[in-house]
Amino acid sequence: NYIIGAFKPACNISITFSDGKTRKQVPLKKENGQTAMVPLFQSQENIAGKISIEPVQGKKVEHNGIKIELLGQIEMYFDRGNFYDFTSLVRELDVPGEIYERKTYPFEFSTVEMPYETYNGVNVRLRYVLKVTISRGYAGSIVEYQDFMVRNYTPPPSINTSIKMEVGIEDCLHIEFEYNKSKYHLKDVIIGKIYFLLVRIKIKNMDLEIRRRESTGSGANTHVETETLAKFELMDGAPVRGESIPIRLFLSPYELTPTHRNINNKFSVKYYLNLVLVDEEDRRYFKQQEVTIYRLADTS
Amino acid sequence: MMIPDGIEDEDKWLTAGIAGLQQNAFYMHRALDTNNLKDALKYSAQMLSELRTSRLSPHKYYELYMRAFDELRKLEMFFREETKRGCSTIELYELVQHAGNILPRLYLLCTVGSVYIKSKEAPAKDVLKDLVEMCRGIQHPVRGLFLRSYLSQVTKDKLPDIGSEYEGDADTVMDALEFVLQNFTEMNKLWVRMQHQGPAREKDKREKERNELRDLVGKNLHVLSQIEGVDLEMYRDTVLPRVLEQVVNCKDELAQYYLMDCIIQVFPDEYHLQTLEILLSACPQLQPAVDIKTMLSRLMERLSNYAASSAEVLPEFFHVEAFAKLSNAIGQVIEAQVDMPIVGAVTLYSSLLTFSLHVHPDRLDYVDQILGACVGKLSGKGKLEDSKATKQIVTLLSAPLEKYNDIETVLKLSNYPRFMEYLDDGTNKVMANVIIQSILKNKTCISTADKVEALFELIKGLIKDLDENLDDEFDEEDFNEEQSSVARLIQMLYNDDPEEMLKIICTVKKHILSGGTKRLPFTVPPLIFNSLKLVRNLQGQDESVSGDESSANPKKLFQLLNQTIEALSTVPASELALRLYLQCAEAANDSDLEPVAYEFFTQAYILYEEEISDSKAQVTAIHLIIGTLQRMHIFGVENRDTLTHKATGYSAKLLKKPDQCRAVYACSHLFWVEDHENNKDGERVLFCLKRALRIANAAQQMANATRGSSGSVMLFIEILNKYLYFFEKGNSHITLDSIQGLIELITTEMQSETVTPDPAADAFFASTLRYIQFQKDKGGAVAEKYEPIK
Repeated sequence: NYIIGAFKPACNISITFSDGKTRKQVPLKKENGQTAMVPLFQSQENIAGKISIEPVQGKKVEHNGIKIELLGQIEMYFDRGNFYDFTSLVRELDVPGEIYERKTYPFEFSTVEMPYETYNGVNVRLRYVLKVTISRGYAGSIVEYQDFMVRNYTPPPSINTSIKMEVGIEDCLHIEFEYNKSKYHLKDVIIGKIYFLLVRIKIKNMDLEIRRRESTGSGANTHVETETLAKFELMDGAPVRGESIPIRLFLSPYELTPTHRNINNKFSVKYYLNLVLVDEEDRRYFKQQEVTIYRLADTS
Repeated sequence: MMIPDGIEDEDKWLTAGIAGLQQNAFYMHRALDTNNLKDALKYSAQMLSELRTSRLSPHKYYELYMRAFDELRKLEMFFREETKRGCSTIELYELVQHAGNILPRLYLLCTVGSVYIKSKEAPAKDVLKDLVEMCRGIQHPVRGLFLRSYLSQVTKDKLPDIGSEYEGDADTVMDALEFVLQNFTEMNKLWVRMQHQGPAREKDKREKERNELRDLVGKNLHVLSQIEGVDLEMYRDTVLPRVLEQVVNCKDELAQYYLMDCIIQVFPDEYHLQTLEILLSACPQLQPAVDIKTMLSRLMERLSNYAASSAEVLPEFFHVEAFAKLSNAIGQVIEAQVDMPIVGAVTLYSSLLTFSLHVHPDRLDYVDQILGACVGKLSGKGKLEDSKATKQIVTLLSAPLEKYNDIETVLKLSNYPRFMEYLDDGTNKVMANVIIQSILKNKTCISTADKVEALFELIKGLIKDLDENLDDEFDEEDFNEEQSSVARLIQMLYNDDPEEMLKIICTVKKHILSGGTKRLPFTVPPLIFNSLKLVRNLQGQDESVSGDESSANPKKLFQLLNQTIEALSTVPASELALRLYLQCAEAANDSDLEPVAYEFFTQAYILYEEEISDSKAQVTAIHLIIGTLQRMHIFGVENRDTLTHKATGYSAKLLKKPDQCRAVYACSHLFWVEDHENNKDGERVLFCLKRALRIANAAQQMANATRGSSGSVMLFIEILNKYLYFFEKGNSHITLDSIQGLIELITTEMQSETVTPDPAADAFFASTLRYIQFQKDKGGAVAEKYEPIK
């Protein structure tokens, strides 16, 4: 069955991390929709490991040199195929030559600057990858990728004011709402209350929504995509003047990411709390407030 | 929102709701069995989502709620086990809050909250506070009420009460209290708000539904009353003011009435007693439509029962001046509510009276004061038309009677009789009846003329026709019964002192003579007999105080009697009058007053001659006359002759022969009075008997002529018995021959074919013969006497 053999790569390349056994693995959704477990890093960490190249039995691999790259890429789905590498580091592993048997190369990128987090959005993807290239002349290079994930932690903000606001429709509905903070970490709880100052409409219920607004591109080419990630009912029935309704919304069940502002001039991800009141005729009254989401280092 | 079209649709929705609930409950059970927490939460939330419906009436919603409630018990058990398996309660507490819909979320939160408190991982008060706060999210009245009642249900055994295992540090009862009070306040707000939701045309229906839900709200007060740590001080300073504040502020009549009633019913009596002022001060602040009277009545009823329960608590009542406070409050309420129907005011006074009777049985002045206030309210309004009000007044007036069991005490109440003029005839009668029954039941003896006067003033409804209207619905039977009671009452009047008794009799006479012809036949006889009793008493005393010229002498009494009986002639009730005359004659006989006795007889004879025309009545009358006359012993020969002669004359003039015969042979006794030798006239006895025989003969011939058969021989046998009687008594004019002849006559007659057989006569005759035989067998003088008879 030599034909199959002809399309087989001439060698197996494997990439292992030196702390691979102890490093935390997190799920990453790949292009084909499958989820794979990949190691998790944060900025300024050393990324080190070994590459081992094992030629297929009885073959030799002739090459013009072997290198490993660490790439940080932003991929816009509407601009398919175009990657913008915002980070690109290269280590040459071998000079041109031939490999007859299994050969191992250690590599290390120390204190790598990875300012952006891995992100999988509706229209944009930010990913980090290790790319091993065995350059060959006519036969085409042999390339192997290894994804990994980057999450960056933010210390709790020193200033975190509450959001307090009075809104309303004249002679119809006046409410005052308060969220205890303007910046929430991913496992945070939104505490707050809504105070009804004037109610002249028949309210059926009230929800708090968490909305994610992803904008990509710039100028005329800006694409904005808004998703509602959470719809949390706060109140059932019609309140009267003077009622105050408590808010307690745990963020942990929802798949949130930190807020990303103007990542490499390519995209932004922002979060909003949307307070929605629905009346008996199903008319919606709402007020949207931006909140910042950040990632707090796991203390545990 | 959907407006339910009808019951049918509602049933359909309920069925659908139950089906949805059961389906999810099934999956939930499966998750519970496999310890799958995630699925358990998911399906329980879905199950509870059925409770989000707006389509069911409270009644149907309750059904759905109860099913969910049962399922939640299982879930709670699962949660408890889950925490034993290592899942921390706080984690669970957070986990259930991830549910997106608020109603299922809060039901689950309450359920875990209950487990949380039980685990003691956090102070009960913090968990409770959180739960009751979070429940604010449900502003829909029905759903909110049920959710909060669920909260109340699952936490009621976990309050940080004193002595409870959940007791916290300082002020722990306060925390429990605060929780229940807050839940109560919120529930009441929701409940009150219910009336404003939905279209105005369904207001009645909504009020009905609201009423169905009231116990959910009231339950909180019950829980409050169950908190051990709530002592009097705390009740007075915290619980009551807070609850009352809510009651007053909600400005809703249904809620106010129900909750006030709840307060009165659930908290202990001694608390009410000590906080009367606070409780009562809330009354004037309630909505005008609130039925304060019923409420206050119930309060007083409770306090009355409390006072009745133990004598030890009475000093407290005096101490807090309960009567003054209540009386005051009632006054204010009546004054404030101008539109209150009269029945309301009367009910209030009635309750206050009951209270006063229980608490201050010795304060007759209180009773009189209440009556005075009540009658004051009635005055100027004429007779009462409202049947409910009159009923209440009867209750009001009966209360002192029942309490004191003594009409004399009641007669002391100056305001008591004032009521009578405001009552209609019927009620007056009812009241009079109540009074009489009370006297009869207690066998109260009314012993002075003044009291009798007062009493008759009270019961004048029965004594005379108050209005001239001879009502159509005159009920003979009722009337008879009423008047019989009056008659019994008259017999209850008694005083040992003849002077006073005479006065009593005069008073009664005055009243009953004004009673109209219908009543006299009932009322005169007891009065007569009462007087005769007095006469007899006087006789007994005569010996000791002879010659004492007191006004109460028999002669005077007999005059009185004569007048009284005369009154019967207007009725007319001649037969009755005749009997009474005879009774009086006999009494006069015992008093040795010949002229008086003669006069009575004369009256009786006159009546007989002039009034008694019915032949049957005549027969009865003549026998009565004969019987009485026979016993009279004071008459001189002349008088006696006149009377006996008349009597025999009447006898012979009766219409029917047998009656004549019987009367005539009865007359024979008039001439043969045992123990009075000068009154034994054997010849005239025989004369009577012979005459009787002649009449009997004539009777038989008449029967023969008219009917062809000669009737009975009964009369002969009866006459034979008379012969035997006088023979035995030694009347020498009765001979053996005549007896023998009579026996033979009877025997022949009985064998004759024309005689109708009469078993009674046969038996009578046989007995008579047996008697003769018996006398013969006795031996001695008697036997000798009888011996010749065959």
